[in-house]
Amino acid sequence: MAKLESKVPSGPLADKWRKHKTEIKLVNPANKRKYEVIVVGAGLAGSSCAATLAELGYKVKSFVFHDSPRRAHSIAAQGGINAAKNYQNDGDSVHRLFYDTLKGGDYRAREANVHRLAEVSVNIIDQCAAQGVPFAREYGGLLANRSFGGAQVSRTFYARGQTGQQLLLGAYSALSRKVGDGSIQLHTNSEMLDLVVVDGHAKGIIVRDLITGAVTRHSADAVVLATGGYGNVFNLSTYARGSNATAIWRAYKRGACLANPCYTQIHPTCIPVSGDYQSKLTLMSESLRNDGRIWVPKRKEDRLKKPADIAEADRDYYLERIYPSFGNLCPRDVASRAAKRMCDEGRGVGESGLGVYLDFSDAINRLGEPAVRERYGNLFDIYHEITAESAYQTPMRIFPAVHYTMGGLWVDYNLMSNIPGLFVLGEANFSDHGANRLGASALMQGLADGYFVLPYTIGNYLADQKPGSRPATDRVEFKQAEENVTGMTKQFLSNKGSQPVSHFHKRLGKIMWEHCGMARTKEGLEAALQKIPALKEEFNATVKVPGSADTLNQSLEQAGRVSDFIELGELLCRDALTREESCGGHFREEHQWPDGECKRDDEKYAHVAAWEYQGEGKTPLRNTEPLNYEFTKMSVRSYK
Amino acid sequence: MVAPTSKKLFSVTLRVWRQAGPAAPGRFVDYPAKDVNPDMSFLELLDVVNDEITVKGDEPIAFAHDCREGICGTCSCTINGKPHGPGKGIATCQLYMRSFQEGDTIVVEPFRAKAFPIQKDLVTDRAAFDKIQQAGGFISVRTGAAPDANSIPVPKEDADLAMDAATCIGCGACVAACKNASAMLFVAAKVSHLGLMPQGQPERDKRVLAMVQTMDEAGFGNCTNQYECSAVCPKLISHDFIARMNRDYVAALFKSRFQPASNAAAGGGA
Repeated sequence: MAKLESKVPSGPLADKWRKHKTEIKLVNPANKRKYEVIVVGAGLAGSSCAATLAELGYKVKSFVFHDSPRRAHSIAAQGGINAAKNYQNDGDSVHRLFYDTLKGGDYRAREANVHRLAEVSVNIIDQCAAQGVPFAREYGGLLANRSFGGAQVSRTFYARGQTGQQLLLGAYSALSRKVGDGSIQLHTNSEMLDLVVVDGHAKGIIVRDLITGAVTRHSADAVVLATGGYGNVFNLSTYARGSNATAIWRAYKRGACLANPCYTQIHPTCIPVSGDYQSKLTLMSESLRNDGRIWVPKRKEDRLKKPADIAEADRDYYLERIYPSFGNLCPRDVASRAAKRMCDEGRGVGESGLGVYLDFSDAINRLGEPAVRERYGNLFDIYHEITAESAYQTPMRIFPAVHYTMGGLWVDYNLMSNIPGLFVLGEANFSDHGANRLGASALMQGLADGYFVLPYTIGNYLADQKPGSRPATDRVEFKQAEENVTGMTKQFLSNKGSQPVSHFHKRLGKIMWEHCGMARTKEGLEAALQKIPALKEEFNATVKVPGSADTLNQSLEQAGRVSDFIELGELLCRDALTREESCGGHFREEHQWPDGECKRDDEKYAHVAAWEYQGEGKTPLRNTEPLNYEFTKMSVRSYK
Repeated sequence: MVAPTSKKLFSVTLRVWRQAGPAAPGRFVDYPAKDVNPDMSFLELLDVVNDEITVKGDEPIAFAHDCREGICGTCSCTINGKPHGPGKGIATCQLYMRSFQEGDTIVVEPFRAKAFPIQKDLVTDRAAFDKIQQAGGFISVRTGAAPDANSIPVPKEDADLAMDAATCIGCGACVAACKNASAMLFVAAKVSHLGLMPQGQPERDKRVLAMVQTMDEAGFGNCTNQYECSAVCPKLISHDFIARMNRDYVAALFKSRFQPASNAAAGGGA
């Protein structure tokens, strides 16, 4: 059984991080260059962490499967980044951001982690502005803000609808500076396919060069995974097609616990599915809910009418009706489930009946089209490219889609997993968002972990490692891990199958969406737990992977990733089945209040479920870490 | 979760550049595609065709793609002779089949430029862009050393113009469209973004000199003012930024003549 110690420092909540920083061990500046750290992934968390570690003097090896670090999927985040700056003088504070985030996560996150996140949020904005990130400005030259869901203050900083892009390019510029001066060794087109554990510590990785096919061993004093979330387990999602869970899944199979995999976020405002060929769903930023109003017709029979032909009195602005205090800006899980309920009632719009309107006509009347264009022009353009409709003239049609995963590898307060020396940052870990993430908090967490948390906490681990003690790559552990990787490759390529990889990914996605999507039931999850292992067997027997191992082979890349997704999907359903309550993004139909809201069970489930691998074909072990709320009262989450 | 479609389906032929590796000879191969839905994206059609090729036992077409929403800059096809295809202000992944008609033959090639060697089929190596960034595409600020963000006011007009330049996705269409395979629009976008911000002033001269030098060394050509680059740019970045960069470059070069040698044009991103 894994040892799960949260290592949360003692003392008052607001002092914990400051105190911890003064107490953790330091590495002497002259010794830092003797340590090598591997950083896998180059999104916000990976790039910011690699750059900062290099600035501190560590030797850094950065690995990214993309052809350039600038392409990591953080680039696609649209709306913004939260920070408790209180530049708007609307009463914001570190405590309010902390409280909103903790409540937004439905009291399933670690209190001390969330408070630290809120504390460092202000430093992130300073750091990014100094790097030249072109944040939106007011006419006086100071920073502008907008509002996001789950908050009653305006604390979101943004760069048009491309905030993730600009923040990532900032972190990428910091990374590039250190690659340029030789302190970071950058490996692009390099996919991590196994973790190497030596004497119980993470000391290296096995990597495949996606262009040449070469498989290489890399040793280090510590390994940092910043490889993003696993939402593509649903196949259709707002993730990039390449986003995958392979790094965290292979680490799981080497003993790292995977926490709360069932906490998945379904984003309410995405462009609906149009056909079977579809490869991805496109997000329409939550920022649109600042000015867009969500509605469906009051009567079922109106659902196929043109929206302009439905009179004002016949429209149901259901979020404003059900949640008057937060209205259209209620949190994502709440808005998504409400949309589902409207569609279940038969009032969904569009050919499929799976859609609701997001209407800007009020905003256009109030502010004028140019002002709306300035705020959201690029989003309206994206909508037009995909649907061939103009949202200036007719409401957008939107529907919820998989967008983010709050679950991930278990980490302690220092962001270290239960395998010493293995650190996990950003979406890849489980730590800060509980059962639901608020909008504009993912960018905040990725950069908090990378710029301001890990660079301190990794020293605490490295200080106990003798400089120069990292193992040589000819050790048996490296050899065995490499053989594991090449064995899998051989197996895929020699399979005499008939079906392309995508066939299985689509089928997995359908099972997951049907049984483990916005609403989950015992029966459905049990059915999924029958179907997924059967799908895995079929995959192993009939998948077809053409080509060879020693060149660029995208089918081979996908085969490994989808194989991992199928296994992870099973664990996700198992976690969802075991958690007999509803909280945040995890909604079990058996556990709801009469009005359809989430019914938590704090007596039994106020804990983190951290799953531990027990070997091929064996049921994984469910470890728990109790969540103690010392400073906050756990209450029923209400946005009414 | 899939909507029944009332759309009229059609057929096209994809004429695709196939090349097994960097040194192998390439050629065009035709792939017929039936039942094309106009709401399909062009890359989704490539997915479908690739699955058909796979089932037949052949190697599918290698193509670069990732976010499929026009922001990561990975996708990079030249379609019917135009980088990113017939649309305006979009990347390949944002091209939908409604732009084509029954019976069309669609010619699909990789981005072609000396500095972007072909790796396989439609995939090219654009690492030269990263090299240029590493030479100077940054503001040197250590984590933790930043002053309060509002202590550096930026006039809204400057911030907006900087943002126009900063939207560059680094795809390389500008290079592929240019008869000289020049990377001037890409470099100018970065130089202008940082040069327009007060934070970017201390390194402004050094930055432009180092980035231009690295661009030249990477084998990109020069600008001869044809503006094909901005015409195909998925983010519609204006060629005016090239003029801005040239002004910065001349000023920096002139000033560097009056400085000690150690501060002059040398590349390297320290």
